[in-house]
Amino acid sequence: MTRYLSQTVARIAKTILLLLLLPLITSCLPANSGRATAGAKPIQNIGSDTLVNVALAWAEEYNRQHPDIQISVTGGGSGTGLAALINGTAKIANASRQIKPEERAAGEANGISPVEYVVARDAIAIVVHPGNPVDQLTIAQLSDIYRGEITNWREVGGENRPIVLLSRETNSGTHVYFLETVIRQNQKDSTALFSPDTLLLPSSEGISAEVRQNPNALGYDGLGYVTPDQKVLAVSLGPEGPYVLPTIQTVNDLSYPIARDLYMYTSGQPTGLVADYLSWILGPEAQTIVANLGFVPLQ
Amino acid sequence: MKKSSWWEFGIERAVQLAGVSAIVFVILILLFLIRESVPGFADVSPGELLGERWYPTEGRYGLLPLIAGSLLVVLGAAVMALPLGLATAIFVAEVSPRWAREVLKPLIEVLAGIPSVVLGFIGMLVLAPSVRILTGAPTGLTAFTGSLLLALMALPTIVSVAEDAIDAVPKSYRDGALALGATRWQTTWRVVLPAARSGILTAMMLGIGRAIGETMTVMMVTGNAARIPKRIGDLFYPVRTMTATIAAEMGEVAQASTHYHVLFVIGISLFLISFLINLAAAIVVFRQARRSERVLS
Repeated sequence: MTRYLSQTVARIAKTILLLLLLPLITSCLPANSGRATAGAKPIQNIGSDTLVNVALAWAEEYNRQHPDIQISVTGGGSGTGLAALINGTAKIANASRQIKPEERAAGEANGISPVEYVVARDAIAIVVHPGNPVDQLTIAQLSDIYRGEITNWREVGGENRPIVLLSRETNSGTHVYFLETVIRQNQKDSTALFSPDTLLLPSSEGISAEVRQNPNALGYDGLGYVTPDQKVLAVSLGPEGPYVLPTIQTVNDLSYPIARDLYMYTSGQPTGLVADYLSWILGPEAQTIVANLGFVPLQ
Repeated sequence: MKKSSWWEFGIERAVQLAGVSAIVFVILILLFLIRESVPGFADVSPGELLGERWYPTEGRYGLLPLIAGSLLVVLGAAVMALPLGLATAIFVAEVSPRWAREVLKPLIEVLAGIPSVVLGFIGMLVLAPSVRILTGAPTGLTAFTGSLLLALMALPTIVSVAEDAIDAVPKSYRDGALALGATRWQTTWRVVLPAARSGILTAMMLGIGRAIGETMTVMMVTGNAARIPKRIGDLFYPVRTMTATIAAEMGEVAQASTHYHVLFVIGISLFLISFLINLAAAIVVFRQARRSERVLS
């Protein structure tokens, strides 16, 4: 419950709270009060909403161990983070997708060459209302549903109810990943799109709020954001199965079909503090935090 | 003597500067909008801009669903807020006793101080489920939910400004009407309201202006599905408004991309729509003012 609460707070007020409170809190720390001038400029870490809770937890733990190093974490989406990296306003960008060629080109044009690190793994969970009798769907069924070909739960073994499609906004890396992996079923030449009836919600909280209370709803979100009051569906690549529920184990052994890597990008080869921070993130201590937050740690 | 005239000169210039700067800012904003949106018109043909599909990450830039969505939500809000706001203003100014007015008016104005994100959050968690259950719509995140909240947000403005206008009508108007044998309702409806109409119209325009520009609440409760509402029943389905689209997507776009410029095309469309509403209101007020001047002279 506390984890859920902290997630909610982090998502809704993350920008405001961080901007307002971080300087306040850190200025209260006795370690900083005397010598805050030299290295006090925080490392800006902006990007993916999927990664924001993990990045926050990392930054807090790292700051606890190294009180003189401050890392300021902001969400906003993978595109936002990479744009900030390209503009030079962020040292580290969090992304739930790989950088696009045009973003890399824009960075090079600005004298910044992004360097990629895989920092954790994530699975996309398909969620429905707890009272929904449907337990499992194939990728093909999900594709039909999200393209608007199937519009009633009856057609996939559920009750006679309309299906209300929920999605993250188009600036979310989760949205792009879902479009490519599920709706287009990894076919590069496919031009299939989300049905125009799809509700595009600006936050994970929007999706979970709707899934919790609406028996018609079908949504998807990062495994780390699924709360116990949503029902997670088992997913299979083909109609003959096997249907697999997303767990840390099934993501690591690659049996769950909708899983991906999460990235951090640095502007150029990292040096100094940023390099130390990244090697700590890839180490066992930081990866335990990943697991505690419902994501999948690196092997 | 000389010192005070210098002082006066300074004050005069300061006031002048403040007045001119407001106009300059509006013109600068308009110029900025035009500069940023012109490449959008060049990159995307007018036929595409009037298309029915908004999916910018795949190069589909149809604005129709967004314009229709905004208009539907605002129209819904206006239908709810205007009569209710006017009725409340009449009640507070004409019917309720003086002490009740002193209590009611500040209470209504407090409503204006609630941040829109708070209203949106309440709407998402409380109002939307109720709307779904009461109307039987597939989801509670609908144009109607947005209209309800926008009406709530426009109400304080409408009530406050309209009440001031009604209250400013001289007491002699009411005394005259009552002395001629009119009932209280006839006095209010036929004498006081017509005398206060330009203030009331301003109240309505300010209220609608607040509704059409509102972003956060609308983004949280209307579902943001870019579908075109075609029937009146579509009020109970999700829509995507222009403001929510700009807010949701502006953070993501690469600067100077087609998507970026098309978002400014939306911005300038929004600017034009508000401008036309204000212009229409100004023309109505101006015409009525001239007519009443003729009657008086």
